[in-house]
Amino acid sequence: MSMFQADDISVRFGGIRAVDSVSFDVQEGEVFCIIGPNGAGKTTIFNLISRIYSTTSGRLVFNGQEFTHTPPDRIAGMGIARTFQNIELFPNATLLQNLLIGRHCHHKVGFLSQMAFLPSVRREELHHREKVEDVIAFLGLQRYRDSLIANLPYGVRKVVELGRALCTEPKLLLLDEPSSGLNVEETEGMGFWIEDIKKDLGITVIMVEHDMALVNQVSDRVMALNYGKVIAMGSPSEVQSHPEVIKAYLGGDLEEAA
Amino acid sequence: MEDAARILQLVVNGAAAGCIYGLIALGFVLIYKATEMVNFAQGDIMMLGGFVAFSLIAKFGMNYWVGALLAIVITAAFGYLLDAVVLRRVIGQPQFAVVMLTLGLGFIFRAGAGITWGYDSVGFNTPFTNKTVNMGGLIVGADNLSIIVGTLLLCVVLFIFFNKTRLGVAMQAASQNQLAAYYMGIPVRRIFSLIWAISAGVACMAGILLSPVSMIDVNMGSLAIKSFAAAVIGGFGSIPGSLIGGILVGIVEQFAGYKLPAGFQEVTANVVLLLMLIVRPQGLFAERMGKRV
Amino acid sequence: MRHFFRTDYRQDLGLYKSNRERFWYALLLVLLIVAPMILGEFYVGELGGLFIFAVAGVGLMLLVGYTGLISLGHAAFLGIGAYTNAVLLKQGVPFLITLPIAGIFTGICGAAIGRPTLRMSGLYLAIATLAFGSIVGTIFQKWEHVTGGFDGFAVPTPYVFGIPLDNTTGIYYMSLVVLIFVMWIAANLLRSPTGRAWVAIRDSEVSAQSMGINLARYKTMSFAISAGMTGLAGALFAHYVRFLAPDAFDVLLSVQFITIVFVGGLGSLRGAILGAAFVRLLPQGIAIVRDDLPFGIGRLPGLEPSLFGLVLVLVILFQPAGLNGMWLKFKAWFQQYPFKRMVSGRRQKSYAKSERLR
Repeated sequence: MSMFQADDISVRFGGIRAVDSVSFDVQEGEVFCIIGPNGAGKTTIFNLISRIYSTTSGRLVFNGQEFTHTPPDRIAGMGIARTFQNIELFPNATLLQNLLIGRHCHHKVGFLSQMAFLPSVRREELHHREKVEDVIAFLGLQRYRDSLIANLPYGVRKVVELGRALCTEPKLLLLDEPSSGLNVEETEGMGFWIEDIKKDLGITVIMVEHDMALVNQVSDRVMALNYGKVIAMGSPSEVQSHPEVIKAYLGGDLEEAA
Repeated sequence: MEDAARILQLVVNGAAAGCIYGLIALGFVLIYKATEMVNFAQGDIMMLGGFVAFSLIAKFGMNYWVGALLAIVITAAFGYLLDAVVLRRVIGQPQFAVVMLTLGLGFIFRAGAGITWGYDSVGFNTPFTNKTVNMGGLIVGADNLSIIVGTLLLCVVLFIFFNKTRLGVAMQAASQNQLAAYYMGIPVRRIFSLIWAISAGVACMAGILLSPVSMIDVNMGSLAIKSFAAAVIGGFGSIPGSLIGGILVGIVEQFAGYKLPAGFQEVTANVVLLLMLIVRPQGLFAERMGKRV
Repeated sequence: MRHFFRTDYRQDLGLYKSNRERFWYALLLVLLIVAPMILGEFYVGELGGLFIFAVAGVGLMLLVGYTGLISLGHAAFLGIGAYTNAVLLKQGVPFLITLPIAGIFTGICGAAIGRPTLRMSGLYLAIATLAFGSIVGTIFQKWEHVTGGFDGFAVPTPYVFGIPLDNTTGIYYMSLVVLIFVMWIAANLLRSPTGRAWVAIRDSEVSAQSMGINLARYKTMSFAISAGMTGLAGALFAHYVRFLAPDAFDVLLSVQFITIVFVGGLGSLRGAILGAAFVRLLPQGIAIVRDDLPFGIGRLPGLEPSLFGLVLVLVILFQPAGLNGMWLKFKAWFQQYPFKRMVSGRRQKSYAKSERLR
């Protein structure tokens, strides 16, 4: 059985069908990539999965459990974490605090014990700190630990956002354009992180990406979208040579171009 | 029969008061749509406008119409400068910084007006003061009627301005997408200052229209809290919505004063506002919007 | 700059960064305890008033500085706390019970008003709290058989273990104890998951939500805690002013509270104290120079509010980090002298982030 399943999902904004009857499923341990031209509905699918938007119709299933109507703040607890296209970190907090916020869905202590900072809170804080330090070590972020996010360069922030998502200990990770805004070396680095996340941490990844080199490097399967519809699905090379995909990217009719 | 006349009277009075709320709310909405700032000093700008008109008409003995027009121009210029000198600096700061900034400005305006014009209520003679119009048996105060007619006229003028003139269309464009407007060669910052000017001019007009009904004094700006109710009912993004909202608030308030014990009338607008925020925060007319990620 | 070398994660969880800091705070506490024996009655009274404002300031700081929400109605919460405390005392309930009840009841009021309105953006919250404050003010005036209406009533003397605390020194110590308690709670929450969730909501709601933070719950909590602390301040305030009348709790007071957090510096508990000191000292400063000002400016009735307005405007325009920011800059300059870094203390340019969906 597949780990994640989107079953005929659609969403409409006013008269526009931003996502139109899209179905796909993701197997455990694979890197599944969504490509398509600007405005094809890729990020919208992520926003549907993280329940920031509600689907107009269709079903979302994760590990056999439907979550089409789960509130957005429960998604992280289910084991689905995400990053954002334009980085949505907490800029006026330190890197450490940002990652600790990633641990939020694992906090158990009650509000009153937090008010008094009882030993149970202290113990839990130490436990979370150790988990966070593991992620810091994994991504090599030690030297930035106490820096404010606002003072970090863009490339580092991108890694921090990945780290914050990892801190939730996800089973499924949604990466929204992990390479956007990065230079060539940083993009390569990002590719290695994603491979490590898949191999070493065993996390399944759904990724929206524009950089075809990165797509080819990491993804097992690719889905191409245009105008909210699936136009091709399969291995990276299959999808990239699919006539519909070429048409979507180059525009116009293939025959005319040829 | 007398009851029906009484009710009609309340409706007219309410609509007139509501037009004032709507005019102030219109000022909020114009600025909000363009810059995502809310001007908590809008009521105090109305107060300043009223005092300027008072100076021109009562002190310098100008003709009512000339004095009113000049007062509107002066207040609009003041609005332009306010944006150019003060508010432009806080673009990019958290929204509540702007809230506090305008709130602080309001206190300063009040003190400035107190120093300049004193703390007593003043008024000036208008063509509408103490006159009535008989409309098919219904006796309506000319002051109230002038508010309603003036508001309607202003709406027509604003509609034509925003839809038919180059500048108005440029303002709409800048409100909808600052960056795109900027790239298209629209001087966005100047446009925003002009929007502040229009909104200050509208506030001044509200003050002038209000003056025959209630006197001008330093604290008349506190009326603005009722305009928030109007703007919220209208969805904080719709100009006709805020006018309709204002009229609704005005009428409800009149009836609350008529039917309920003393003390309820003054909180009516606030209660309406809170209820509206709880039940339908997106307003009666607008769609709810979220942030894009 | 001084660096702290840590050898254990535990060290990041402490309330103080180092033993040195601990020493200075202990010294300050000792000074504050012996102060009433040294200072004159007037200064003790002023310090007591400062503590009360600081309690409310800490409460508002959690809301504004850490959760990024604004309230223009905190004067109403101060009023609710004050009236709850005074009315219960009149019924013969002992002070040690009325004080916490005042705090808890105000907190519940805060949650009740916060829960429905917090779904909206900060702007709507500002408007809603402004309306709430004005409604509560009217209730204080009109609910005559409880609040005494415009005439108000004298606040009964509070007794703690049989000792009457209605003198200046009593109020001073009482306020000091409450302030320390409130600071302790605030500091605890800020180093716990709750405090981090608040900061997350302040900085990015959308990603806070996707990290599993229930926005409505944490915002309401912040509002309730903030209101509750202000309610505690209100209970003390009732004894400080000795006579409760509704006109004490107007919008100007709310603006004074907001001035505390903005002038003090958003996002710092120390800022709340510094801001409270500023807000208490400003009227005193005016009183001192009042007669020496030319043209009778000092006698103008609107002088105080307009000065608060002016200070607010100047701070937002030129010193967004507030007094706390100035203190940090000064400390850095002092420690680095003469090797000043030109860039330090320079403000970063910021750009508007639209909250609209296009």
